[in-house]
Amino acid sequence: MSLNKNEMAAVIARDIPAGSYVNLGIGQPTLVADHLAPGSGVVLHTENGMLNMGPAAVGEQIDRDLTNAGKIPVTELPGCSYFHHADSFAMMRGGHIDVCVMGAFQVSARGDLANWHTGAPDAIPAVGGAMDLATGARRVFVMMTLLAKDGSRKLVPSCTYPLTGVRCVDRVYTDLATFEITSEGVLVTATYGPSFADLVEMLDVPLVDAT
Amino acid sequence: MTAAICPSAADAVAGIRDGSTVLISGFGMAGMPVQLIDALIAQGAGDLTVVSNNAGNAETGLAALLAKGRVRKMICSFPRQHDSWVFDDLYRAGRIELEVVPQGTLAERMRAAGAGIPAFFSPTGAGTLLGEGKQTREFGGRAHVLESALHGDVALIGAHIADRMGNVVYRKTARNFGPVMATAAQTTIVQVHHVVETGDLDPEAIITPSIFVNRVVAVGGPA
Repeated sequence: MSLNKNEMAAVIARDIPAGSYVNLGIGQPTLVADHLAPGSGVVLHTENGMLNMGPAAVGEQIDRDLTNAGKIPVTELPGCSYFHHADSFAMMRGGHIDVCVMGAFQVSARGDLANWHTGAPDAIPAVGGAMDLATGARRVFVMMTLLAKDGSRKLVPSCTYPLTGVRCVDRVYTDLATFEITSEGVLVTATYGPSFADLVEMLDVPLVDAT
Repeated sequence: MTAAICPSAADAVAGIRDGSTVLISGFGMAGMPVQLIDALIAQGAGDLTVVSNNAGNAETGLAALLAKGRVRKMICSFPRQHDSWVFDDLYRAGRIELEVVPQGTLAERMRAAGAGIPAFFSPTGAGTLLGEGKQTREFGGRAHVLESALHGDVALIGAHIADRMGNVVYRKTARNFGPVMATAAQTTIVQVHHVVETGDLDPEAIITPSIFVNRVVAVGGPA
């Protein structure tokens, strides 16, 4: 059966090595935090200047000076630290962040990422930290549905939307399968519902069965 | 010159000229210098270029300045948000220019300005729309684009506590762009919750040293 977004988040959380420094993108990737094993020692980075960010704040914990990248009030964990924006992005660009998890409009077979702009004439472009993360994190995981709402494939031979980063994606976690982008091609490492043969039929991308 | 402690936000923003480039701290509303922006609105300077991470939230702070038609151009990383309707309407009506800059590049361009570095090569944006038209060079087999320093005429910064010399500390994630912007402007104006006597801040904890600060105003707030 296909995975829902919480099940996808759980699969990703299991693949994050203990003790990693991790940035979770705005939206669905934040769900990954709920599935990290207690004691995993994973340290969450938020681009607006904090390491070891805690869960969302509730009630009296809410402090307008303490938010995550999505401007949601959050909390501190012991050992947290604050820093300014140039340092925060040095952590990305300088290769200090072990893993980032982001959403995507499209990922190409060679690992190009498109997730910031549809290119539509009336769209207001907004990139935020997506390009810095895509370029700088040591491993880039994408979390997305394999098909868009209109049925189009989101894992594609080459992106038609404007790129966020070139050859930057390592793994693609979807509701129907997990893919690893390698120099030898796109490996299918797990399937959820469709068979490998179904995926070959569905996608216009050469696949290697590694399930 | 050490910083001037101003009696009011109006005094703090006095003399800002039409056509200025104004760096405004904040990530969403955290760290946004709302009282300084309100004072700038009353002061009247227009035709401004504003550099800030976002393009205003709801109707206050930067959004209020935009709504008054004082801003000719926004330089930011993430204008589009669920509550950015003031900017969205201006942009769609063709009444404001927009330069979108990757967030880390925005911070580093200001860091470079403050550090006397006129330009630098960054891998961020290479091979994308935002890298188009920029000089590109390979280092270690990887493409990098040339980015230029981003200077401000004025920086308006929201911080936590200053001492009377102008040393500044921040509070939690409201720090964000403040320390970088403070270095990058000709005139750096900081609003703080409280001003304390010189010597009352732990020297080991000071984030923005007084040399980067020109004017301070206390506006009240959390202890």
